[in-house]
Amino acid sequence: MAKDNERREKLCYTLPLGPQHPMYVEAENLMVRVDGETITGVEVNIGYMHRGIEELMQRKNYLQGIFLAERICGICSGIHSVTYCEAVENALGIEIPERAKYIRTITLELERLHSHFLFLGVMAYELGLDTGFMYTWRDREHVMDMLETLSGNRVNYGIPTIGGVRRDLPAGEIPGMLKRLEHLRKRAEHYVILFSSDALVRKRTLGKGNLPKGKANSHSIVGPVARASGVNTDIRRDLPYLLYDELEWNVVTRMEGDVQARVMVKAYEIFESISILKQCLNRISRTTPELKTKTSLFVKENEGMSITEAPRGELVYYLVSNGTDRPERMRIRTPTFTNVPSALPIILKGEQLADLPVIVGSVDPCFSCCDRVTIVDERTGESRGVDEAFLRKLGEENGD
Amino acid sequence: MKERLYRITDRLVSYARRKSPWILHMDTGGCNGCSIELFAVLTPRFDIERFGGVSKANPRHTDILLIDGAVTKKIRPRLRRIYEQTPEPKVVIAVGACAISKGIFHDAYNIDGPLDEVMPVDVYVPGCPPKPEAILQGVLKALKLWESRYTV
Repeated sequence: MAKDNERREKLCYTLPLGPQHPMYVEAENLMVRVDGETITGVEVNIGYMHRGIEELMQRKNYLQGIFLAERICGICSGIHSVTYCEAVENALGIEIPERAKYIRTITLELERLHSHFLFLGVMAYELGLDTGFMYTWRDREHVMDMLETLSGNRVNYGIPTIGGVRRDLPAGEIPGMLKRLEHLRKRAEHYVILFSSDALVRKRTLGKGNLPKGKANSHSIVGPVARASGVNTDIRRDLPYLLYDELEWNVVTRMEGDVQARVMVKAYEIFESISILKQCLNRISRTTPELKTKTSLFVKENEGMSITEAPRGELVYYLVSNGTDRPERMRIRTPTFTNVPSALPIILKGEQLADLPVIVGSVDPCFSCCDRVTIVDERTGESRGVDEAFLRKLGEENGD
Repeated sequence: MKERLYRITDRLVSYARRKSPWILHMDTGGCNGCSIELFAVLTPRFDIERFGGVSKANPRHTDILLIDGAVTKKIRPRLRRIYEQTPEPKVVIAVGACAISKGIFHDAYNIDGPLDEVMPVDVYVPGCPPKPEAILQGVLKALKLWESRYTV
């Protein structure tokens, strides 16, 4: 018996994954405790991508802040800059013109489309279906072309500015965009069939990485990951911003909470985004050509807050202004920061090591959004991220 | 005779290597913008496999290092280690404004770059982010350089 235990202990070890690892592009570190092939616990160490944007924003004026917000994450750059502008507009107490709202909504939904196609591609890649990865990314280029028509850029669009938008959508481009959207809808139907009926995909995704509804609620999971666990939440419907309360669309939810459900939620959200885009493109000609409300960029003492639904979930910007052209305090809460460190230890526990890339991929991690805190030791110059145990200790010291 | 044979095999190996560069991509604290454009380079519209390029994650198998992002304090030692693990001959490409000059993050407190202070850089691809066509051109330039380094 003692010998058995000894042998068993030898099989239990900690496997470090990352910071540089084939599984994902970005740098972060997972310490995976395994018993043989079964995962018994995961410790997520983030902080490799921390740049200090909040502090940097406090030293720059509001217009410069837009570009910094855009460069928090290259995948959801549009939503970051729109949310930042909305927070500043709230502090200023101004409304933006109708046409600017349309152009912002179109940018955000195009971004959601490209992000979801990207997610489907990455999932196919993690499942070993390289062909699926190539197909989805080929279709994603249509979205990138549309974004290029709209803004002139592929990644950091530079569309919103405080009080409105920078560029107009040429009326001549609308029929072409509608045609492309119709093509994308057909392709998305194909991916729904691929991910829901392919035997290999089903075997690797059904019942893997379970996140029950109760856990999703208690761990504050947001966005598509929460919706896949049956939590009926979407900021676009609960706290409507821009035009979302005037448009017709549905919140996609699933009850299962496994990898398959997370893929399906994102796949079906593609159809909702296409429907929103079509409505916006058909209605935009009714608005007046005004693009921007003129405003002073000196914000009096006030606070501004803005909550939006990024492709990965709830995004919060909060700022305190002090009468100058710079914010006194900036606070950004990104969806991946709430999802990854809290969800990964739950959904990976008890799974096989070989399923780890698929399960991690299904949360759609985006670590440049994620890394908000780094602790730098002044004496040695060493820097490290914050893990769960440290946060708990901090909470105990400060008495909740 | 023996010498001539060596010369022929050398040229053969050099040719074969030029047609099959393995590329390691690493994000060192940028915004992901360059990373997704790099992924676009791998996929059908731009398709780096026309030139034989394959994305490989292991530095020990790598010929070309494609690195983007302003280097953060936490990643810097790791980055140096990855550079040291890569066998010669190797070529380093700095992709994007952040890797070249720290870009928009030039005065952020946690940035310890730019890339050419960590390792010697051979090809610079400017832009924020650079378009996939520009990255492709950078890789082709790096390939030429790499071949000249390999040929005995």
